[in-house]
Amino acid sequence: MPKWFLPLVAVAAVMFAASPFLIANAPYEATMGLVQKIFYYHLPSAWVFLLSAIVCGIASARFLFGGSPRQDRLAYAAAELTVLFGAIVLVTGPLWARKAWGVWWQWDVRLTSSLMGWMVAWAYLLVRKYGGPGSDKLAAGLALFGMANVPFVYISVNYWRTIHPATSVVPTLPVDMGLALWFAVACFLLLFVLLLRLRVYLEEQRARLDALYLSLDE
Amino acid sequence: MIRTAWLVLKKDLTVEVRSLEIAYTTLFFAISCVLFFAFALVKEGKAPEDGAAGILWIAIAFGGTLALGRTFERERQSETLRALLMAPAARPAIYVGKLLGIVALLVAAEIVLVPLVAFLFQAPLLSHPFWLSAVLLTGTIGFAAVGTLFSAMLVRARSRDVLLPVLLYPITVPVIIAGVRATAALLQPDVELALVRFWVALLIALDAVFVTLALWTFEPLMTD
Amino acid sequence: MRALVLLLLLSFSPSVTFAQQPEPQQPKQTDEFVPISQLPPQDQLPAAPLLVIAYAFVWLVLFAYVVSVSRRLAKVQHEVQRLESDIAKRA
Repeated sequence: MPKWFLPLVAVAAVMFAASPFLIANAPYEATMGLVQKIFYYHLPSAWVFLLSAIVCGIASARFLFGGSPRQDRLAYAAAELTVLFGAIVLVTGPLWARKAWGVWWQWDVRLTSSLMGWMVAWAYLLVRKYGGPGSDKLAAGLALFGMANVPFVYISVNYWRTIHPATSVVPTLPVDMGLALWFAVACFLLLFVLLLRLRVYLEEQRARLDALYLSLDE
Repeated sequence: MIRTAWLVLKKDLTVEVRSLEIAYTTLFFAISCVLFFAFALVKEGKAPEDGAAGILWIAIAFGGTLALGRTFERERQSETLRALLMAPAARPAIYVGKLLGIVALLVAAEIVLVPLVAFLFQAPLLSHPFWLSAVLLTGTIGFAAVGTLFSAMLVRARSRDVLLPVLLYPITVPVIIAGVRATAALLQPDVELALVRFWVALLIALDAVFVTLALWTFEPLMTD
Repeated sequence: MRALVLLLLLSFSPSVTFAQQPEPQQPKQTDEFVPISQLPPQDQLPAAPLLVIAYAFVWLVLFAYVVSVSRRLAKVQHEVQRLESDIAKRA
């Protein structure tokens, strides 16, 4: 593991520990009150969810067209993180929605396309695990289609009639809300980088194991 | 390149016409789907609202998955896919040929399914034939574009029968949603053509994205 | 025989207890509905549990993931060490 890893883990831990205090200090929202504070973790995890899908897509494209095993390992790790952060988004969202909208779930564009993107990431993991030989390329092809979904998820909320807040909310946030939010965004981005590095390390060790098995056969 | 695609299509149609195995089994399966939904959802002789649109597209999706699986299973058994790939033909052309074959098969199934659904669910599906055809065609192309790519990729994979739906359904959700919304809009007593036009435009955009992605990735995905 | 006697005794006891208890107070019968526009605060869905569950879920899931990766890593590294010592022994 690289030298920067452990120090940054410590930084991430401290930042996460500090985030609830910043969030508690942020003002309440006029119509939604206390439950709106879920926003400070829901939005960063949504951004990391989409970012992870993009990383997976780009790595998959580079793997398909370049054949580099390093890119394949990166894609696998990113897919797993897409499932992880997608799960966070899809649980924190409904918890917020139950109070703010009165329902747990709505089949609007934003929620449906996010759920769909999450399922594509799950499908990637299933293919990698159960697809047999050649499944790395199969999954890479799938990841490319999944990446095409990401811009749609983001802009859909601005062009379709939906109850989900529009993307204009973030640029127009008041300063004290913005502070809590961007701090949380920094937390989650750092966490994403660290988890990605850790997961890629696991893939590297697996590759090392495979190479050892192969040399044993010779 | 168009010539190659046409040759592939002709070959597939010739093989299929000889036994019509895939056509009959797909059609029967799609009809049973529709009947299943009819039995499950009809209450006191009345179908649920908007039910016809959804059921039609589910039958197309399920039937299409079956057809895709069977078509490429046939290729696998006679090792013709490897032969095709070894031939000095442009890979994307092979994909286009296969895609057109699947679309033709699904359109043939839809010609039977649409009247059946209209009859069973008392839905005025045949009131705007031009727009319905546009919706069905663009939706089928979108579904088949992704389906052909994934089935071709899965030919040499393990658990390919289970993996095709796992890969295909999440990606084709936008196509199915657009298809169902457009069809449902056409079934309204006073049809909003602007809404239908919107969904068809979205379907065309999706088709363009999917076919482009498929053409781009077919070559590296099919090479060992 | 004993079971039958027990059953008879049991069937008598509820009627005995009912006879001893006074008639319970019935609430006054509603004769009209009164509308209001906003639910009083004590009846609205409480936000705090939802907030707590949300944050708890996030931390739990992240922690569980780190544990999962560490466990898989330990297993693979153990296997690697075993193989490397096998190869060293053969060499």
